[in-house]
Amino acid sequence: MLEIKDLCWTTSDKNEILKGVSFKTSGALTVITGPNGGGKTSLAKLIAGVEQPTSGQILLDGEDITALSVTERANKGVAYAFQQPVRFKGITVRDLLELAAKEKTGYKGYCDLLGKVGLCAEEYIDREMSSALSGGEAKRIEIATVLARRARLSVFDEPEAGIDLWSFSRLVETFEEIRKESAGELIVISHQERILKIADTIIVIADGKIRVSGPRDEILPQLMQGEYTCSCPKRC
Amino acid sequence: MDTNFNDITAGMLKIISDYDETTGFKGAYNIREDSSCAGRQSSKNITINSKTDKPGIDIIVKPNTKGETVYIPACVTHSDVDDLVYNDFYIGKNADVIIVAGCGVHNEGEEDARHNGIHRFFLDEGASVVYKEKHIGTGNGKGLKKIDPVTECFLKKNSRLEMDTIQLGGVDRSTRTTSAELAEGAKIIVRERIMTDNEEDAVTKFSVKLNGEDSGADLVSRSVARGNSHQAFYSVVEGNARCTGHSACDAIIAENGRVDAQPALNASNVDAELIHEAAIGKIAGEQLLKLCSLGLTREQAEEKIIEGFLRY
Repeated sequence: MLEIKDLCWTTSDKNEILKGVSFKTSGALTVITGPNGGGKTSLAKLIAGVEQPTSGQILLDGEDITALSVTERANKGVAYAFQQPVRFKGITVRDLLELAAKEKTGYKGYCDLLGKVGLCAEEYIDREMSSALSGGEAKRIEIATVLARRARLSVFDEPEAGIDLWSFSRLVETFEEIRKESAGELIVISHQERILKIADTIIVIADGKIRVSGPRDEILPQLMQGEYTCSCPKRC
Repeated sequence: MDTNFNDITAGMLKIISDYDETTGFKGAYNIREDSSCAGRQSSKNITINSKTDKPGIDIIVKPNTKGETVYIPACVTHSDVDDLVYNDFYIGKNADVIIVAGCGVHNEGEEDARHNGIHRFFLDEGASVVYKEKHIGTGNGKGLKKIDPVTECFLKKNSRLEMDTIQLGGVDRSTRTTSAELAEGAKIIVRERIMTDNEEDAVTKFSVKLNGEDSGADLVSRSVARGNSHQAFYSVVEGNARCTGHSACDAIIAENGRVDAQPALNASNVDAELIHEAAIGKIAGEQLLKLCSLGLTREQAEEKIIEGFLRY
């Protein structure tokens, strides 16, 4: 279980991004949503350790991981799918999946992993994770590297961005499978209704604060009715 | 198989030319150790002869020879050796062979140790060669370990030369000079990878003349300069006919490493299509973060990124 306590983050140029965010996950799949620029990606980066908070605490199963590095958090069981996939020269899809899984998973293993994001291992496994891949292909491989980790907590930042409808459907199924198998906890930042519909908990973040959070059945109808679409305090 | 070389050479041969102590080299080979021949064998289709006017050998590949490999490694195993050798390769019409070269310089002494191999390739019409060359320096002597290969290539109509060269590390000074002249339809592909560290210095000079219609060159150099090392990349691609030429220098610098890249393109024909790319920079922070997010330490991530970068 992830617990965030009064998390604040102000950038070096004094831009106040998160203003005291607190929540505790309950259930296998938490979806964080809200308007652009509200602080969702920043929150994901703080959880993964890519950025360090100005104040507040991050607890994983009761252990304070706030001061830990990205590597240390990864080894504690935190996995993070970057919103913008990282490209490498010379590093192949196979290399990344092996690093993520900490072992050679064999061809069937690669097939299963890449199949979960709608890619064929035969076609992709030995390709370079370079700019030769399209944005959608790279995004799906990025997601596969996180799935390969079978982590205690996996954070996906807008996994739907840039991928086609069919791959997205397959991805939603994968999230559902993980949720049903209780194979680790998922935090997904998303605006997609199909992902919101499979959430256990929905958290709405706007203007660096949590606007509302609660069980899907309680929050989703409000979202569908157009609540929380504007971060202006008086709602314009 | 008739070979006679020391343990240092044996160790380096494994690295530079995939030598197997049990089976030795299969097919034609010539092993050079400290300016002498330490083993030679010709095959039915590949003949190796000593030169009579200067140190070195002639490697003659019969026309239509297919699928054979010839090994010509050279090792310097101690201080105060300045090895100069002239090797000429005559590749017959429509032959298709692999040449595994490679050089190791070991120096535990005070004086410098150097290997200077001057190679000339004469590819007849339709011939195809894959040339593999690994360089390494070993030993902790104060004397420098130097490797200065000079390669001159003459490609006749529709021939093809693919050069895959790697400097693995430990070479204090290296100047690699490669020139090529291409006739109609000929192609040259060069993949160079250089790793330098400490106070090492490596210079690469390419000069390619695309003289024939539809000839082509693709030169790619990837390098990593760490410590206080320095690398320089100079390339000149001349398009003198309807042709395609591409050269790229891609370098990672770390710590106090320095890289200079000076590419030049000269076109004297309106149908010459010449391109150059060059990129020099440190390892991208996001690449490190991605690998750290998979559980690697920063140091492990750097090694992995460099290993991949130099592998391709």
